[in-house]
Amino acid sequence: MSSQEIPEENLPAEQEAAHGAVEVAEDPFADPGLPAHKPRIQDIDERAAKRSERAVALMFTLSMLATVGFIASYVIFPVDKIVYIWPFGHVSALNFSLGLTLGVALFTIGAGAVHWARTLMSDVEVADDRHAIEATPEVKAKVLADFAAGAEESAFGRRKLIRNTMFGALALVPLSGVVLLRDLGPLPEKKLRNTMWAKGKQLINMNTMEPLRPEDVAVGSLTFAMPEGLEESAHDFQNQIAKAALMIIRIEPDNIKDKREREWAHEGIVAFSKICTHVGCPISLYEQQTHHVLCPCHQSTFDLSDGARVIFGPAGHALPQLRIGVNSEGNLEALGDFEEPVGPAFWERG
Amino acid sequence: MSTATDTQRKAPAGERVADWADGRLGIYSLAKANMRKIFPDHWSFMLGEVALYSFIIIILTGVYLTLFFQPSMGEVVYHGSYEPMQGIRMSEAYASTLDISFDVRGGLLVRQIHHWAALIFLAGMFVHMMRVFFTGAFRKPREINWLFGFLLFVLGMFTGFTGYSLPDDLLSGTGVRFTQGAILSMPIVGTYISMFLFGGEFPGHDFVARFYSIHILLLPGIMLGLLVAHLILVFYHKHTQFAGPGRTNKNVVGMPLMPVYMAKAGGFFFLVFGIIAVIAAIATINPIWNIGPYRPDQVSTGAQPDWYMGFAEGLIRVMPGWEINLWGHTLVLGVFIPLMVFGLVLAVIAVYPFVESWITGDKREHHILDRPRNAPTRTAFGVAWITEYVVVFIGGANDLWATHFHLSLNAISWFVRIFIFAGPIIAFIVTRRICLGLQRRDKEKVLHGRESGIIKRLPHGEFVEIHEPLGPEQLHTLTAHEQYEPVEIGPTVDENGVKRKVSALQKLRARLSKGYYGENNQIAKPTVEEYKEITSGHGHH
Amino acid sequence: MKKLSARRRHPLAAVVVLLLALAATGGLYAAFAPASKAQADDTAQSLAIDEGKKLYSVGCASCHGTGGQGTTDGPSLVGVGSAAVDFQVGTGRMPAQQPGAQVPKKKVIYSQAQIDQLAAYVASLGAGPVIPTKKQVDPAGADIAKGGDLFRSNCAQCHNFTGEGGALSNGKYAPSLEGVDPKHIYEAMQTGPQSMPSFPDTTMPEQQKRDIIAYIQTVNSSQSENPGGLKLGGLGPVSEGLFAWIFGLGALIAVAIWVAAHTAKAKKS
Repeated sequence: MSSQEIPEENLPAEQEAAHGAVEVAEDPFADPGLPAHKPRIQDIDERAAKRSERAVALMFTLSMLATVGFIASYVIFPVDKIVYIWPFGHVSALNFSLGLTLGVALFTIGAGAVHWARTLMSDVEVADDRHAIEATPEVKAKVLADFAAGAEESAFGRRKLIRNTMFGALALVPLSGVVLLRDLGPLPEKKLRNTMWAKGKQLINMNTMEPLRPEDVAVGSLTFAMPEGLEESAHDFQNQIAKAALMIIRIEPDNIKDKREREWAHEGIVAFSKICTHVGCPISLYEQQTHHVLCPCHQSTFDLSDGARVIFGPAGHALPQLRIGVNSEGNLEALGDFEEPVGPAFWERG
Repeated sequence: MSTATDTQRKAPAGERVADWADGRLGIYSLAKANMRKIFPDHWSFMLGEVALYSFIIIILTGVYLTLFFQPSMGEVVYHGSYEPMQGIRMSEAYASTLDISFDVRGGLLVRQIHHWAALIFLAGMFVHMMRVFFTGAFRKPREINWLFGFLLFVLGMFTGFTGYSLPDDLLSGTGVRFTQGAILSMPIVGTYISMFLFGGEFPGHDFVARFYSIHILLLPGIMLGLLVAHLILVFYHKHTQFAGPGRTNKNVVGMPLMPVYMAKAGGFFFLVFGIIAVIAAIATINPIWNIGPYRPDQVSTGAQPDWYMGFAEGLIRVMPGWEINLWGHTLVLGVFIPLMVFGLVLAVIAVYPFVESWITGDKREHHILDRPRNAPTRTAFGVAWITEYVVVFIGGANDLWATHFHLSLNAISWFVRIFIFAGPIIAFIVTRRICLGLQRRDKEKVLHGRESGIIKRLPHGEFVEIHEPLGPEQLHTLTAHEQYEPVEIGPTVDENGVKRKVSALQKLRARLSKGYYGENNQIAKPTVEEYKEITSGHGHH
Repeated sequence: MKKLSARRRHPLAAVVVLLLALAATGGLYAAFAPASKAQADDTAQSLAIDEGKKLYSVGCASCHGTGGQGTTDGPSLVGVGSAAVDFQVGTGRMPAQQPGAQVPKKKVIYSQAQIDQLAAYVASLGAGPVIPTKKQVDPAGADIAKGGDLFRSNCAQCHNFTGEGGALSNGKYAPSLEGVDPKHIYEAMQTGPQSMPSFPDTTMPEQQKRDIIAYIQTVNSSQSENPGGLKLGGLGPVSEGLFAWIFGLGALIAVAIWVAAHTAKAKKS
């Protein structure tokens, strides 16, 4: 260790306890030793001690009463009973009474015990010696000798073949455990790259569950959509909606600054992924005057009138846009899947 | 008593039981060493007990909750007693949490005790850790116990996080989504770990059950082991104490475990439990019935994690969105850097004891605590670390500060971006100056006595304040701290004129040591000579 | 607006804001002072529109233009409909006092009759959403659970789970919905005031708006139930964390100090 180079005199000296007044006079900073114990009121006045005793007993009694109150509350109050208690509001009578009685029952046990300790148990401070943690040189020598003898008897150092194969075996055996974890989940493959959207899928308004029509979407409004054919009761609904959720807004085509955004829109109706490109929160704090959309989780801000590029916050790239058009029935439809993966970025995203 | 009469009398029942146990467990030898073990009294020594007792409360209430909770993501349509959720599709985990809150009598109370105790557990560990840090209680022989404590804090964070995610509500689900996004940002392995953790794509149907076994078995099991080891070491090392008359590095002064500390520490458990129960009676925590079931396409503003994860939340919120695309791969620095910084900041505090002992080169045991002012550089470093923590923490709730103090969210983010760097530096400088000022004041007090507040007019008209000299106890207490000399590199040329090699590491250590203990970086303690000169001079007045 | 928001962090922003505020104060004074001149124009419109126009010229025309065509200080009111007027004036947002990131809710200065007259006048400028009837906003019989689901899909991202409000960019915010008249909630959804997008009947039918109103009334009114006790602002983990630190840990430390303190001695030394 490098610290061995530090000479002892650099380390501060420890102050030793003084013994007697002479040394204190010599060294005014010397340790005068433990001060003499001073009695408490309870130590010298039996009436005060009695008062303490009664106080402790009172607390333990209160605890018993509170426990009875707890059981009574449990029996009396129905689970759905709501009462108004100032300043807590309209609270559950059961929760309030159970909690308070339990709290009092526990607290008074503690307060009683501590009061007892503080006023009636001895408060004479005692000094206990510490013992060195490090072993004496003799003990250390004995242990090292024992270890050497044990190692020698095992022939661990001499029989290298045994040693090396044992290390090999011990190193390999945990692999079984690792292998067993393989079936925790599938491999990523292309799963994060595709969503349910495909050419011809209609945009379903998530409020009404009806296909959206261009004339439904007013400038300044905000609507959320999901792909046709996705049912809320479907087994994989959560996984699909986690990628396919859309945010539909309408901007006057002249106010769309990004050329591609205008082309992928339908008469100014644009469809952006609702899933933030930062870590995947459903981003949807849409400020209709500025066309900015803010993520409620980490405040990434995107400009929806300019290709949803990032203008503030921790997101690394723009929200993906879905290309939309109108089908023969006059409903909005997707013209394909997103051209890039939706949601948070990942190593293979490229 | 003589043995002859002992064999005659019939021992009382308690003694016979103890004898029985001693014959099998050796309890008498154990009790001989520990029954009258001494514990020093100081309120800050009880912060660890706050954490210990909340942990016990969490285990007790947690076991109760497992009796009713269904860790399943199977979907059900709710038809329970909570009106505003009627007919809503949700996971069984969420539905069973609603049942615990509305249909199990006392279930809501136990849930709230469990969650409040979790917040207090982490807060207790945090302040306990800071107490140990600022008093230098982590020094030899306690470095390992410091690490145990640190691990308990980190594991506590993850146990808390997994538990918070179990009800599968909209808020915690958003947190899980964030975790998944952070995992995806890891280079090369991100997508694989995500697929394996969630059993496929997010959110899948597995994570609640998996988090459940991690939350109730794996992490608490490890924590329980660490906790026992932590306590055994506390007993073995015996508690540290502050300097004072009769208190040396070789003893421990206080009251015996039996009976005083049994009553005080045992009583304190009930006090902690009682207070948490009252809090759970009067204040709502995590009202999942208002939050709604998780859906990956729904969200609420003000989406924050529990406080102990606020640090991670802040880092991720204020980080600029850096993303590098190269050779068909994406390096998501905007998420990955905060992930690394999170670990780094925690690691810095964990390894600090080893760094300090390397700088001082001190190999002795330390059982007397430092007053924070007497270790100015350490204290300043600790305050800088806390400042960093708090600044980032503020960033984690930037939206709420914005609405409640009528500020711009963007301005707060920028404030945090700047103060993440400037804050710790300012805090470091200010704290050290304060510490040195306090050291000077202590020195004044030792040499000139305490200001009595009594003004005396001298015969020639001058007014002076009378300073009362300190008693021997105070004089000792204020001068008991140790002061190090800075490490010198020494001559670079030895006596034979041969150049001695000085490694860069040695130079670094010398510089650090100077920064810690050099001139101007600590106030030299008053010496006996100084004291005698001044006090003898006073006699002439 | 975007340029403005980008410059809010400029060191001179405070000075600019101050100057703007001074200018606005002067402007308001100028708006009120000559108002009496501009009210003579009697037309054949109904009495309400007529009265509304008078009120409009006094209180609104300086920013929105004499004919509601809009100026640099305020948007055009053509086609915003009576619902927008009822919301903006009925919640005290209009007339605005000063420029800022957002016009806040404040004390209403017009009577409901005057607001109706103003609304009638603005509605006459161009067709738009109309003030809902009592029946349209009545939460009775609405589906609260459905309203909750709709609220979490469409509203919670800005207004929080139970409508406590939340932050938007650059000092803007989504206000708290506590105690807001159902009529005004309905109108806000219809018209999309300030930063808020609109949720027209074409994408969110009338019945769903009623469901949402019923949900808000259930979870965020003075009668709302908070079975667990204090709702701590309904803000989630941040206020819970503060409470745990300040009251939880605070109480525990206070108790710890008592436990560890020395008991009073019989005599002072």
